[in-house]
Amino acid sequence: MAITTTKSAFWKGFRDSAPFLFMASPFGFLFGVLAAEAGLIVPEAFAFSLAVFAGAAQFTALQLMQENAPLIIILISALAVNLRMAMYSASLTPYLGDAPMWQRALAAYFVVDQSYALSIVQFEAEPKMPLPQRMAYFFGTNGLITPAWVIATALGALVGTRIPESWGVDFVLPLAFLAMIGPMLRTPAHVAACFVAVAASLPASALPYNLGLIVAGIAGMVAGAQAELWLERQKAKSEAAK
Amino acid sequence: MSSIPAPVLWTVIIGLAVGSYALRFAFIGFMGGRPIPDWLMRHLRYTAVAIIPALVAPLVLWPAPTGGDPSLMHFAAAAATFAAGYLTRNVLFGLGTGGLSLLLLYLAA
Repeated sequence: MAITTTKSAFWKGFRDSAPFLFMASPFGFLFGVLAAEAGLIVPEAFAFSLAVFAGAAQFTALQLMQENAPLIIILISALAVNLRMAMYSASLTPYLGDAPMWQRALAAYFVVDQSYALSIVQFEAEPKMPLPQRMAYFFGTNGLITPAWVIATALGALVGTRIPESWGVDFVLPLAFLAMIGPMLRTPAHVAACFVAVAASLPASALPYNLGLIVAGIAGMVAGAQAELWLERQKAKSEAAK
Repeated sequence: MSSIPAPVLWTVIIGLAVGSYALRFAFIGFMGGRPIPDWLMRHLRYTAVAIIPALVAPLVLWPAPTGGDPSLMHFAAAAATFAAGYLTRNVLFGLGTGGLSLLLLYLAA
């Protein structure tokens, strides 16, 4: 179905994003609960989600703050988790890069996994879509998700303050990370990055100041990039042999 | 309750807010139509999938609830969570499976 007006483009983005509500709301809620368990009060958890607006990075920072890691390690690690946002930003640039600066500046805040995934599919499927409609679609994909994420965090923090310590929720955060990893392993190169990072993280955890995380993360990142190059070369070779 | 000092918390919140925004704005705002180099894109693709497992592996092997002693129960719950997330490609199925198996193991223990 071709989109005819800017308004309908916004609402199409809005509708397309609805299934992601079932993902964003429980995760925001869980962040709120765990933030409350870590001692954050409701306005702090709310401000965290509103200002940072990036699930995996928020969970990373929360875990490291509880481990009393140095500030610089917390910031580097959580921002490293968010480096993929730069990749999304780069990938959206050919489609949105010519919009007025104020629109681009506003759009940047809303670059998240869901809005990126929906928008890039839409833009590639309808290359003739005019720029204002593309922008409207992009903002539409955030019309539900952003409020849901922030409100769910606040609700989670409200509930979290009432959960007794004895429930042992301190293993829930590792489980949340583990649940995130599975769907990330899309290619053999992703598996290689994950495997090397895990293998490196165990001996590296003996390093002071949580530096092991950075070392293991870099090892995994390089492994993934090298595996991708190697796989491409193998593919080129087998195609040349045909 | 492991309380996080307010100055630390707010430095992290503000630092992450500014840093994340800069990452998101970097290309859409500054680069115009210029492409970013292949080698950089190649490394960006694997940062999250490296950092998160590196963070979680020691937490699974030396779980906090036991004070850092390896525990079969926690390892089993972690393995179930990962397997469910991997097989269904859905974070929530993974988390549900993990929570449930942790609960069952607590009750059985």
